[in-house]
Amino acid sequence: MGKRALAGAVVVFLMGAAAYASFYIAPEEKTMHVLQRIFYFHAATAWAGMTALFIGFVANLLYVWRREGKWDALGVACAEVGLACFTVVLITGPIWAKPAWGIYWTWDARLTSTFILWLLYVSYLLLRTLIEEPDRRALLSALFGIFAFIDVPIVFGAIRWWRTQHPAPVIMGGPGSGLDPTMSKVFFFSVFALHCLVVFLINERYRLEKLRAKFEIVRREAEAI
Amino acid sequence: MSSLDSVFAAYVLGWAVFFVFYLTVARRTATLDKEVERLKNTLNRGK
Repeated sequence: MGKRALAGAVVVFLMGAAAYASFYIAPEEKTMHVLQRIFYFHAATAWAGMTALFIGFVANLLYVWRREGKWDALGVACAEVGLACFTVVLITGPIWAKPAWGIYWTWDARLTSTFILWLLYVSYLLLRTLIEEPDRRALLSALFGIFAFIDVPIVFGAIRWWRTQHPAPVIMGGPGSGLDPTMSKVFFFSVFALHCLVVFLINERYRLEKLRAKFEIVRREAEAI
Repeated sequence: MSSLDSVFAAYVLGWAVFFVFYLTVARRTATLDKEVERLKNTLNRGK
């Protein structure tokens, strides 16, 4: 079994274990009962998505500074994986919201800033398809990626700065917040599993981008003959 | 939809998004891999 297949198998196992822990090990919450179990997947995916976008932000800064193709490749890999994570967040959130709040969606600070974040990274990927010249594409998308990342701390802070529909944070939420110790362990295990998945996916997507660069070199050689 | 159905729907749809994303990356990689090999063979024949 190759290293990548082994890594994929480990990630699938961790994701399965996290789901098992969320359903069978975490105690039932008093007010939302079984519905609260979405939290372990929804919030952990959001944290992992923010990590992916942060790595992408650093890669974009490094590209602007150094102009090396590897940072552009890492930037786009992280943007796609972060976008996948926030797609999951925007799907699981409304599924949780409907039975809990009676509505799928409301334009509150957290939900709106998350939706804007999703739109910004869709725009980042669209921008890349519109520019032909590789160096110009890499520079403009790195600059746009740096701009798009400004929304990540707003998403993180939205439920801390403004009290609207979305619940207040239970982790890093200040006095009065917190989780039952078993819930906390299950949540951080889910965060770990989702981070492993994100690292695996970034690596796979980065590999594709490196292959694209190789393809460009071989294509130019073929055209020169 | 019951609460348990909602929980299952959230997990299944979430997993599906990640799985489909992985499949699209794997498919794009396989296609490009074949294209690089094809071009390399063309180059070798031309030399």
